Amino acid sequence: MNNTTKAQVVLRLQGITKRFGPVTANEGVSFDLHRGEVIALLGENGAGKTTLMNILFGQYTADEGSVELFGQTLPPGAPRAALDAGVGMVHQHFTLADNLTVWENIVLGVDPLTAPRLKPAQAKARIRALSDQFHLKVDPNAKVGRLTVGERQRVEILKALYRDAKILILDEPTAVLTPQEAEALFATLREAIATGLSVIFISHKLHEVMAISHRVVVLRHGKLAAERATNQTNREDLAALMVGTEVSAPSIETAAPGAPLLSLRRVTTPDQGAAPGLKSLNLELAAGQIIGLAGVSGNGQAALSDLLSGLITPASGEMQLNGTEVQRWTPRTAIAKGIARIPEDRHKTGTIADFDLTENAILETYASRFSRRGWMNWAKARAFTKDLINTYDVRCPGPDIRIRLLSGGNMQKLILGRVLEEAPQIILANQPVRGLDIGAVNYVHGALAKARDRGAAVLLISEDLDEIMQLSDVIHVISEGRLSPGFGRGTMRPEDLGAWMAGHGFDAGAPNAA
Amino acid sequence: MDLFDILLSASFWAAAIRIASPLIFATLGELICERAGVLNLGIEGIMVAGAFAGWIAVWAGLPLWGGVAVAMLTGMMLGLVHSILSVPFGLSQHVVGIGLTLLATSLTFYTYRVVLPEVSSPPKITAFQPYEIPLLSDLPLVGPALFSQTPLTYAGFILAALTALVLYRTPLGLAVRAAGENPAAVAAQGLSVTAIRMGAVIVGSGFMAVGGAFLTLSAFDSFFFDMVNGRGWICIALVVFGAWKPGKAVMGAILFAAFDALQIRLQQTGIGAVVPYQVFLMLPYFLSILALVVMSRRAEIPAALMVPFNKGER
Repeated sequence: MNNTTKAQVVLRLQGITKRFGPVTANEGVSFDLHRGEVIALLGENGAGKTTLMNILFGQYTADEGSVELFGQTLPPGAPRAALDAGVGMVHQHFTLADNLTVWENIVLGVDPLTAPRLKPAQAKARIRALSDQFHLKVDPNAKVGRLTVGERQRVEILKALYRDAKILILDEPTAVLTPQEAEALFATLREAIATGLSVIFISHKLHEVMAISHRVVVLRHGKLAAERATNQTNREDLAALMVGTEVSAPSIETAAPGAPLLSLRRVTTPDQGAAPGLKSLNLELAAGQIIGLAGVSGNGQAALSDLLSGLITPASGEMQLNGTEVQRWTPRTAIAKGIARIPEDRHKTGTIADFDLTENAILETYASRFSRRGWMNWAKARAFTKDLINTYDVRCPGPDIRIRLLSGGNMQKLILGRVLEEAPQIILANQPVRGLDIGAVNYVHGALAKARDRGAAVLLISEDLDEIMQLSDVIHVISEGRLSPGFGRGTMRPEDLGAWMAGHGFDAGAPNAA
Repeated sequence: MDLFDILLSASFWAAAIRIASPLIFATLGELICERAGVLNLGIEGIMVAGAFAGWIAVWAGLPLWGGVAVAMLTGMMLGLVHSILSVPFGLSQHVVGIGLTLLATSLTFYTYRVVLPEVSSPPKITAFQPYEIPLLSDLPLVGPALFSQTPLTYAGFILAALTALVLYRTPLGLAVRAAGENPAAVAAQGLSVTAIRMGAVIVGSGFMAVGGAFLTLSAFDSFFFDMVNGRGWICIALVVFGAWKPGKAVMGAILFAAFDALQIRLQQTGIGAVVPYQVFLMLPYFLSILALVVMSRRAEIPAALMVPFNKGER
């Protein structure tokens, strides 16, 4: 199927090198992209994928090397030139203005700023035609702020198509989609390729890479590690190329549940703005179990994790901890009752960037364990931090450096150590491996499994179905604040869970009959 | 009843529109800055500088509209200073704005003393005179209230309509609104966030200065040190009150001005004999805060307001 070698070369990257201070993000990267071809750009976090694409799109200037589009060398550092040459980029973090409508976002910057007026009717007609042709259903008059993540991505793709993009760069496009939405995206891409569009698809999900691409370019530590025709490689091969060594995920076996530690009965919480609250939710966390919570973000995960952290109290329903009814419910009681949290955003709520490792390590326990009569015991705190650093393999110069300087993986290991050292009964792990490389992911997963084996209940919230299915003893799906029944390990296929994630099934059966 | 009589008199509404005029100019200016993502706290100082520059230019012999142009240019220069510090340098917009207000105010007083070293009371000029628009000014109530104002007031309302038109109907306005919400979206479409934001701050500052010049060229006929008297800060509140929309902001300015006109008249009624006059002076501010609380609860603040944008930052 791969006869693209004869097709026209639309893009040629030659010897791209980019340094950020002492860090080399890309080093001598070269490859070609042909007309109608899909290249998957594969690599771990920090391998330099996004940097490379930002150079191609003109947002960064390369220190060495050149970008050729349709035989013309691209002037460095000019997104305008890349756009005009037909490059469209869908960033990982969408670049849409929430206060504008769909059509306004799409025409932004298309007409020169000196043009006397916008032409809404014309623009909307063109957008409707494009969305019909490529099955990108979205209402041009809708405010972008009210759209779902999937719809926003469609707007981003329409933005590129509206400008007649000939090369489309997609930076981890499926990270925020349900399996069904991802499938629809692939269908759109196949349609677009048939019309001559070329695509660079950035991902670290191997099954997607295998499904959509013609060729795979693997980056490792900023260098081109390998280039393979997709039909001549396989997932294991690619994983090894990506990491540089053979990788093996920790094997996790099903465990028998122990006594229920926390149970929620018909718990309802109010909506928080656009984020739904919990709708009559039943959930049981039993000792010695990992309970996975699958779902597209913004469907009530925040409400559930806030509830367990003591940040909000139920509007109605019952909440029992260790068999006794919960009375006053605050973050302090949550911590005192042995509920530990691995926060969703380790930069924003997990750590304080300009505090050192010691200060960050004792954030939750400084008053109870590291002070006497209102005075801090820094010697004890530092010794504790040194222990954490050794036990949890945090790679750092020492306990006195600011945590901002640590990589995401090492930061997460410190948080993990901080949490697990308290030997908590219940662990709320919210997106614990987001943005980590494979080595760190395996470490975190292994640690969570160990905590389970010593009898803790782990609630794992993740948007990554693979992660959920690999780790969880019981899987629940959350959608618009409603919770699906619990599904045992291995009883559901990804597509089945995807259907629940999209909201199907909640009305059919008795709610949460488990 | 006194209050009823006041609210039905044409002179009351004429005064309200007159008091609203400088606020309309400056509020539009602030609104443009904030829509692009820059909070311009230099507004108070820029109004002082505009009031002085317009007046001194007319005193030196320029025609009245020439004075307006000089004020506008002065404001744009100060806007340039603000925008360089706040946009490409990305400095704290609070510090830059307050600094600019102090600088512009002091520089104005200094210039005043250099140009007029000996005078004890500032010289007067011939200010804009009311112009009665044919036919429209003959309408009952509305005629004398709206259509017997000075040309600069009419210009303020035209400017409001133009601002709304540009913001909502042109590619330029679209870019300004996007720059205040998500500058990354603007950059990703190949536009310069820096240029758009700087442009908005410069033009907006020009409008603020014209608002100041209204005081010396239309409302009064001379320049006094304390004449701006916090109007700039009121305009910042009016932008919030107007939910960053030109039409609503103009309504807010008129509402505030109406409270102001009302309190002067209430002082002369029966209640005025009993209640200390300071209470009346306080009234417009008190009512404005109340209106702000009620009106702006659900306002959509530009998401990137006060967030500097650095291209290519990791």
